[in-house]
Amino acid sequence: MSTHRWELEVKKTDVLVIGGGAAGIYAAVTAREGNPELSVTVLEKAHVSRSGCLAAGINAINAYLNPGETAMSFLDYVKKENHGLVRDDLVLTMAQGLNSATDRLYDWGLPLLKDEAGRYLARGKRSVRANGERIKPIMAQALRASGAQVLNRVNAVNLFVKDGRVRGVFACSTREEKMYLVLAKAVICTTGGAAGIYKPNNPGAARHKMWYCPFNTGAGYAMGLRAGAEMTSFEMRFIALRTKDTISPTGTIAQGVRVPQVNALGEEYLHRYGARTTPERLAATLAENMAGRGPCYLDTARLDKEASSMLKDAYLNMSPSILLKWADEEAEPHDKPVEICGSEPYIVGGHGMAGFWVDAGRRTTLPGLYAAGDVAGGAPKKYVTGSMAEGELAALAALADLGEDLAPLSEREAREALEAEAEAVLLPLGQDSGFTPKALQKRLQKVMDEYAGGISTGYRVAEPSLMQARQKLRQLAEDVALLQAKNPRDLTAAHETADRVLIARVVVEHLLHRRESRWPCYQERLDYPERDDEKWLKFVNSRYDNAGDTVVVMERPYEGGAFDDSSD
Amino acid sequence: MTVRIDGTVCDGCPHAKEAPCMRVCPGDLLTKDSSGKAAIAMPEDCWDCAACVKECPRDAISLFLPTEAGGRGSTLVARKKTDGVQWTLTDRKGKTTRIFTAGKKVI
Repeated sequence: MSTHRWELEVKKTDVLVIGGGAAGIYAAVTAREGNPELSVTVLEKAHVSRSGCLAAGINAINAYLNPGETAMSFLDYVKKENHGLVRDDLVLTMAQGLNSATDRLYDWGLPLLKDEAGRYLARGKRSVRANGERIKPIMAQALRASGAQVLNRVNAVNLFVKDGRVRGVFACSTREEKMYLVLAKAVICTTGGAAGIYKPNNPGAARHKMWYCPFNTGAGYAMGLRAGAEMTSFEMRFIALRTKDTISPTGTIAQGVRVPQVNALGEEYLHRYGARTTPERLAATLAENMAGRGPCYLDTARLDKEASSMLKDAYLNMSPSILLKWADEEAEPHDKPVEICGSEPYIVGGHGMAGFWVDAGRRTTLPGLYAAGDVAGGAPKKYVTGSMAEGELAALAALADLGEDLAPLSEREAREALEAEAEAVLLPLGQDSGFTPKALQKRLQKVMDEYAGGISTGYRVAEPSLMQARQKLRQLAEDVALLQAKNPRDLTAAHETADRVLIARVVVEHLLHRRESRWPCYQERLDYPERDDEKWLKFVNSRYDNAGDTVVVMERPYEGGAFDDSSD
Repeated sequence: MTVRIDGTVCDGCPHAKEAPCMRVCPGDLLTKDSSGKAAIAMPEDCWDCAACVKECPRDAISLFLPTEAGGRGSTLVARKKTDGVQWTLTDRKGKTTRIFTAGKKVI
């Protein structure tokens, strides 16, 4: 298929948001409300009504300050969970917006349960219960009501940078032979994190039964890297503790109906390891398995019928397939405990800390580009409302910066830029031989799993195997040039695979650089098994040097207050 | 493969600008086959979010567990209501259970 059939179109908007998830929708709504004169456009790879992480729904708002909690106490909790290293400024500013974001969701129609006093029904200190099956359609409705334009089925592939400033985005339709350059005065990146870097938990037809949205492929990270943006903490991979096979959330059981984690002998084991944080609970589970006392479980056998039925309702709002598991095993939740396991590693800024290096206004190191949600680094434990709070902060900063004097772009300049970019972006369509995106992605996943701390090595890494990963990824990066595509759908997949290969290279360089073990499982080195606060209580950052095709790693100091994790 | 489309029930929503199942899939995995009925293009890419299952106006789409993840024949169908979702779980012996989950604030 030749590429010249593709239609090329230049569009203009004031504020451009890439990705219509929780952060993107709230950024767009905030921009429209902050200045109704502005045109705001949201680019979405799928369709905003059910795209991204929230497609299935949620059963709790996990970032909310219940009475007694404050932004400071939230920061304290996140810092403990993150083993001392976190961007205090980002977590605090995010925490300050959690409750207003929750209230907005309620106003938009999200059914949050309330008690007699009119307060949301708490599920924990920082969590409230929700019947959130329809959260995404509800948010999409609010987006449309705001007057923002939405371009569905359009996949962003590269930032348009002119004179050192981000001035727009190149994007391809996922269904039609059409490519765009969308020009904007401000670009807010909310593309989410990256799944599919590591070999997943389940094989074959179940390969996408995973924790993180498999359609979040790290486009924002990759676009930012190619444009020279500084990134942080890619070595802190997030690994979720989930139910076996269906990879459904465990918090629904652990916090929802409050039952303990037990080993195969029925013993509670977390205290044995002094496990208090999320990564420690995962590491303790792995240790029990290694000691021959696995598999491990959440002990739902202690539940009565009422709690059992409540659990099913909660799962239908978020992860319905676990009900099929119970039905296939001819058991009710209270008949036997639910087995748990670790997921494959993901690169996400919402649970982990990987992403763009930003300031409190969520400005990236590239002028004109802002980042919020999973794609923004340094502030974990975002969940839905934290992503929204960041989207709001990014939009407010973008509005405040809009007065900057930008040199006008002529239509001819834009057209020429689009034509030049189309040559490179549409290249896979002209390849008659080479690699399919899927085959190359499976190769990438195997390399990362075996040499860079995937499930098969218990998530642990060491220098010799990381050096192997570095070498094999370099070859994969060469092979990316030979990706082939026959249609718009294939082309999207080709760009997703290319993006993942670049992200994987950055992950490996970060893992090589941090010579300590800060987070069990997430970043654990067999050759440097101790946590070393004296040398390593700092951020590992990087940027990609396009010209030299190298990842340049640097360190940034931790600028927080005193940290005490001796008590809970 | 995690959703099954019953071709005897699916009519391809001929009057809709875009069939609801095709609109909502976060992976854009649903297409129409040569007979104009919905089909899943890359079954192994399905995330099991059940958006299409809830959205289908004719209950033609059901969710099931792939064999690799321990699936043994149970199915889930969902019907969207104004204030929530009516689920029907059918176990491997054919016994059905209906569960309603509230999902919208009705003021």
